[in-house]
Amino acid sequence: MVYRAHILISGDAACIAKGARDVEAALWEAVQELNLKDEVQILEVSSLGHSDQGPEIVIYPDGTDYVNLTPEDAKFIIEEHLLKGRPVERLTYREPPSLPLPPPSEKEVRVVLENVGKIDPENIEDYIAMDGYMALGKVLGEMTPEEVIEELKISGLRGRGGAGFPTWLKWTLARNAPGDMKYVICNGDEGDPGAFMNRSVLEGDPHSVIEGMAIAAYAIGASQGYFYVRAEYPIAIQTLRAAIKQARDYGLLGEHIFGADFSFDLEVRMGAGAFVCGEETALMQSIEGARGMPRTRPPYPATAGLWGNPTNINNVETYANVPKIIHKGGSWFASMGTDKSKGTKTFAIAGKVERTGLIEVPLGMTIREIVYDVGGGVLGGKKFKAVQTGGPMGGCIPEQYLDLPVDYEHLKEVGSMMGSGGFVVMDEDTCMVDIARFFMEFTQDESCGKCVPCRVGTRRMLEILNRICAGEGRPGDIETLEELAVYIRDGSLCGLGQGAPNPVLSTLQYFRDEYEAHIYDKTCPAKVCKGLIEYKINPEACIGCTRCARNCPVNAIEGKPKQTHVIDADICIRCGVCKQVCPVDAVYVE
Amino acid sequence: MSLSPEVETQATDTLAMSPEEKATIDTILAENAGKPGATMLVLTLVQENVGYISPPMQAYIAEALDVPLSHLYGVLTFYSFFRMAPIGRHKISICLGTACYVRGGPMLIEKFQQVLGIGMDQTTEDGRFTLEVCRCVGACSQAPVVMIDDDILGRVNPSDVAKLLRKYK
Repeated sequence: MVYRAHILISGDAACIAKGARDVEAALWEAVQELNLKDEVQILEVSSLGHSDQGPEIVIYPDGTDYVNLTPEDAKFIIEEHLLKGRPVERLTYREPPSLPLPPPSEKEVRVVLENVGKIDPENIEDYIAMDGYMALGKVLGEMTPEEVIEELKISGLRGRGGAGFPTWLKWTLARNAPGDMKYVICNGDEGDPGAFMNRSVLEGDPHSVIEGMAIAAYAIGASQGYFYVRAEYPIAIQTLRAAIKQARDYGLLGEHIFGADFSFDLEVRMGAGAFVCGEETALMQSIEGARGMPRTRPPYPATAGLWGNPTNINNVETYANVPKIIHKGGSWFASMGTDKSKGTKTFAIAGKVERTGLIEVPLGMTIREIVYDVGGGVLGGKKFKAVQTGGPMGGCIPEQYLDLPVDYEHLKEVGSMMGSGGFVVMDEDTCMVDIARFFMEFTQDESCGKCVPCRVGTRRMLEILNRICAGEGRPGDIETLEELAVYIRDGSLCGLGQGAPNPVLSTLQYFRDEYEAHIYDKTCPAKVCKGLIEYKINPEACIGCTRCARNCPVNAIEGKPKQTHVIDADICIRCGVCKQVCPVDAVYVE
Repeated sequence: MSLSPEVETQATDTLAMSPEEKATIDTILAENAGKPGATMLVLTLVQENVGYISPPMQAYIAEALDVPLSHLYGVLTFYSFFRMAPIGRHKISICLGTACYVRGGPMLIEKFQQVLGIGMDQTTEDGRFTLEVCRCVGACSQAPVVMIDDDILGRVNPSDVAKLLRKYK
């Protein structure tokens, strides 16, 4: 059937949260009502780019972008735009006028995210129309496994899960390992707080990952693959299950794919809320049905992985790059990025930045460009303090390195790492000791308990940090933290333990004065740590609206309507709710 | 798992499998028991489809998969997603990922506790809400985020909390 118009509706989490489902229902209803159902197609896609202003739809062929929709708007748009042919000006998306910066698309290069938001992830034909499965066809029809690996070597692709191990080398090791049964695994256990790149790819373009895995399987000689996806991503799991089924129906998974002597099938396995399962040996333990605890390496998974067989394990984004590399050539991919870090990388920009969300930029772009040009600068025009990359095992990079190129080597040099692509911006109101404490709490909670230095050491470090933040820091605490950090780093089996001290070490390296202020002066320079601050109400500004008193969880605020309110510091738990709800900014921190 | 030993003993007595639950578990077992790594696979599917894995279910699954109950229990307690008891009709998960933490997640915790009159990991007496903290749900641009069942609520303001809860009966 040929449609006159196509309506794409964003089905990403942010838009659904704001009522995209109701808008979609209203679109269907209006299309039925006006008898347009043979002329207009409604497709749910992933993010359309302005999820912060969702629900969002785009109508093709003209590409009109409507945002902030209600079900009533949806009906109105169908009537006006599609029936009468008049686009509804007041509902169309406009560039935010307050940002004099070039639109993000100019600095962004989309490779992995190319199809996300453009195609219906639940329809394999959409992917095929975007040259999908061409690379697999080319590989099976024209290339030997060695040629596939050679092409990857030319591309310079490195693992996008964190450590940046060259992909071609990983594949070569798995290929050369002796064994009749080999496996490929896709690590979709994206657990870093603040990171959601892989979720978007799995939900928006699942077939690119499936195709990448099939190519890897051909290259190393595997016939079975596993997706390991965390249970926190139910939509990704459903999308993948549907995509795998469709690929099977189309003969792109299963026996004798493209008539070649190559068979490959895939299965989705779910994680169950254990962060450590992002570590490859723990992940394989989990697939095998056990507690996900890492083991010693070597042997590496390439020689003895899943059920003791040679296994290639890569991250979602790594696999998603593969079909593009095969299709467009390794040298095309190598033309982007830096000397040692080729291609593009997706980042999830979050925290105190104007434009949060998912971006994809060539490796080697500076932190300044990412924060200010792509991210639109620090939220509310405040002062940049640091950016945290690499997740809980990464580090905080201070202002002095704003012009640092973001690639594997440079991030490591300044005490952080690439990780899977978390990019959390922090401003002057962020307490670096509190942030270090937050990450230590995370790793402490997620430590699997196998290695004593990690299990006990992270708890000791957390206790010290808790004390410092509570205003009970003691001389010698900093030195003890530094000492423990070395033991934990050197005495742990996996990346979680080895990297656990990083947030503390990097904040100590660049923000030691903040630790000292907490310990010796008993002050929190950023006015965050509860034990060291006091909330007060400015009597000049207070209008006596009673909002703070009504919202205070411990009834620490006294005051009659239209009279100045007062906070009782002895009862106050420093939760900050009063400051957040005050309509005239009369609450301040001292 | 956050259940104390007393709660678990109590749970053993009261949580016999319902016929529907048993039927669901039997279907999952029939489809997956023979697969490699079945323990984890079956547990995740039971959690997904039944909502919890009570002690009688654990014994039943261990028997069917022919693995020691201690092994199954070991796996179950290792992963935070598994539950041994049913939760409230609506699950409230307050995100404490980095972005949400920085943008006011801790304040929301205080507020939800106040409004519901329960602590974290507890269920209201009427069985309406269970309150939890969760790790990043991947909607950081909407921070601070609260998930109620499958709804992702973004940019939640403490003063909106009571209003937000109204539609969940």
